[in-house]
Amino acid sequence: MTTVLSIRDLAVTYRTQTGPVPAVRGVDLDVHKAEVLGLAGESGCGKSTIANAILRLLPPKTQVTGQILLNGEDVLAMKPGRLRAVRWSAISVVFQGAMHALNPVQRIGDQIAEAIIIHTKAGEKEARVRAGALLEQVGLPPRRLRDYPHELSGGQKQRVMIAMALACNPDLVIADEPTTALDVMVQAQVLRLLKDLQRELGLAMLFITHDLSVLVEVSDRLAIMYAGKIVEEGPAVPVFHEPKHPYTRALAAAFPQVGDRRFRMAPSGLPGDPPFPGNVPPGCSFHPRCPLAFEDCSVIEPEMYPAGDGRRSACLLVKRGEPVEVGP
Amino acid sequence: MPTTAPPRPGTRRPVLEVRDLHVRFAGRVGLAQGLLGRKPTEARAVDGVSLELYPGEVVALAGESGCGKTTLARTIMGLERPRSGEILFEGKPLGRSTKALREYRRRVQMVFQDPTAALNPRQTIYESVAEGLRVHGIHRGPNGEPEEELVARALARAGLRPPELFFLNYPHELSGGQRQRVVIAGALVLEPEIIVADEPVSSLDASVRGEILKLLLGLRNELGIAMLVVTHDLGLAWTIADRVAVMYLGRIVEIGPAEEVLTRPIHPYTKALLEVVPEAGGIDRPFLTGEPPDPTRIPSGCRFHPRCPEVANGTAETAGVLERCRAQDLGLQELRPGHFAACHLVAQRAGVASAPPPPAID
Repeated sequence: MTTVLSIRDLAVTYRTQTGPVPAVRGVDLDVHKAEVLGLAGESGCGKSTIANAILRLLPPKTQVTGQILLNGEDVLAMKPGRLRAVRWSAISVVFQGAMHALNPVQRIGDQIAEAIIIHTKAGEKEARVRAGALLEQVGLPPRRLRDYPHELSGGQKQRVMIAMALACNPDLVIADEPTTALDVMVQAQVLRLLKDLQRELGLAMLFITHDLSVLVEVSDRLAIMYAGKIVEEGPAVPVFHEPKHPYTRALAAAFPQVGDRRFRMAPSGLPGDPPFPGNVPPGCSFHPRCPLAFEDCSVIEPEMYPAGDGRRSACLLVKRGEPVEVGP
Repeated sequence: MPTTAPPRPGTRRPVLEVRDLHVRFAGRVGLAQGLLGRKPTEARAVDGVSLELYPGEVVALAGESGCGKTTLARTIMGLERPRSGEILFEGKPLGRSTKALREYRRRVQMVFQDPTAALNPRQTIYESVAEGLRVHGIHRGPNGEPEEELVARALARAGLRPPELFFLNYPHELSGGQRQRVVIAGALVLEPEIIVADEPVSSLDASVRGEILKLLLGLRNELGIAMLVVTHDLGLAWTIADRVAVMYLGRIVEIGPAEEVLTRPIHPYTKALLEVVPEAGGIDRPFLTGEPPDPTRIPSGCRFHPRCPEVANGTAETAGVLERCRAQDLGLQELRPGHFAACHLVAQRAGVASAPPPPAID
């Protein structure tokens, strides 16, 4: 299994007027070839900061430590010229809200071709042919090359964004909430498209969203983030169905499946709010909201403990070998 | 009448009733086209909807964007003017005069999707909650309580305790979940009979959603407030709704008890909506193709037929209803107790004639 992206002990601290804000506090992640890693968490947990750190899109003066290895090369140590070459051609990204990412006064064909011309050796004519082929690949007729963004629906624009992300045959695609602004049916279509292309092209993909039910559908493995750290990691379906961390359990329950008797007339949530990044509780950062917390949780900061079957969890109950669920 | 919602056994009177409601939005026509006599295309956002809401009942209104669910909710609130049809509150038709609307709007409150947009950023929490009282000229509670006590009670009821702690805060000092609680407190302070909630949790963090839904369900259970919850999320409907109404292109195409509609759906569109609810390992299941439908061009016959899987896979033709699917408009029909749907194929299989459509206007 080739590792495309390998993140080691990544820490990101934003500098703000009110002082340093540690958004990511020591994260290890691996994304292998032909694999989708789903990264889940709520707003403020640091998941988008990781995406921006990989692309080096963080504001200047942000303090970044650790390593981000792309095919063995440290992105954080790259010179500007090398970085420019890597962006788009080795790593590309699909953001949420495609409607704002396209230039409204340029035909979409020109926008796709521009990326190809800048990042590859292709000439204009060759780039246009490739742009047409890309549109077909994402399920739009090539005549749409002449359209302006306002002539496309939200789902079609997101398809164009996906075509652009694939334009230079990247090794890694980062999808940051790519379907959040879309309607239910269109969301299902775009997810299917992304998954089909990923399988067909053998892409490594880092898929970021707060919606665990979407994530489990497209991902091979899941990593759950809370307050700047990974709290659980492992194969997608077991992590979703039998969480080994109380936070994962709560996140999975936030999007209940229709027909699941446990949730009929019984919505399930957590008390309180996710902590502000500058003000994380001591010990296990989740303990103030955790239904299973005991004394040690407010004192000992858990590490990632092995939880069987290639899984790891940062919960002291797992370390003790006890079940991570509320008893009967 | 086939188009009304299910009469419930041993029933009380509905607190809210919508009858054959039509809401249309005019399109625009260029000057030259207008001089040539071309009429603007109209969007038929709500196209003949009847619905009843009983005291203490939670009805979820589900469908894709553009199906008219938000327009229906806004029209019920008196924020859009219907082209035709009636809204009855406690059995009396809703007047259009300012005075009548004002009294109605005290008793029917709305909770919007995005609390950050719904709250004035320059008003304190106290002011935001008290504003409703002031607009309606309520200075004292029913037992002579001062305004401050009414506001404190509403905040506490919405889960912000102790309420006094929040009085002088501004919205930006609160989390998303707390802001939505403030919006709900602003509705509660007027002691409404009905709350209309448009996607009340979709802008909130995942772990906070459940708590807000618990709060809404608690208001129903303890205060008997009836709720109409607009949502695209059928999982949400499953957790809080007594009945579910599924809308497609301006019409309710299926309505019934939540467990029935969500676990034994009748209409092919409801089935398709349930198919797209994400589930583990389910990415390869079939689902509807095509874009959300366009309310300016409603197809003839059954409005779902161009996207209907039963038409596409030939089932409708084999059953001999394809012609009707294409040409004959239809209304809701009770196919199981309290469970209504508008589908030629299902009616044929049940051995009954399809119900007539709601009366047309123009």
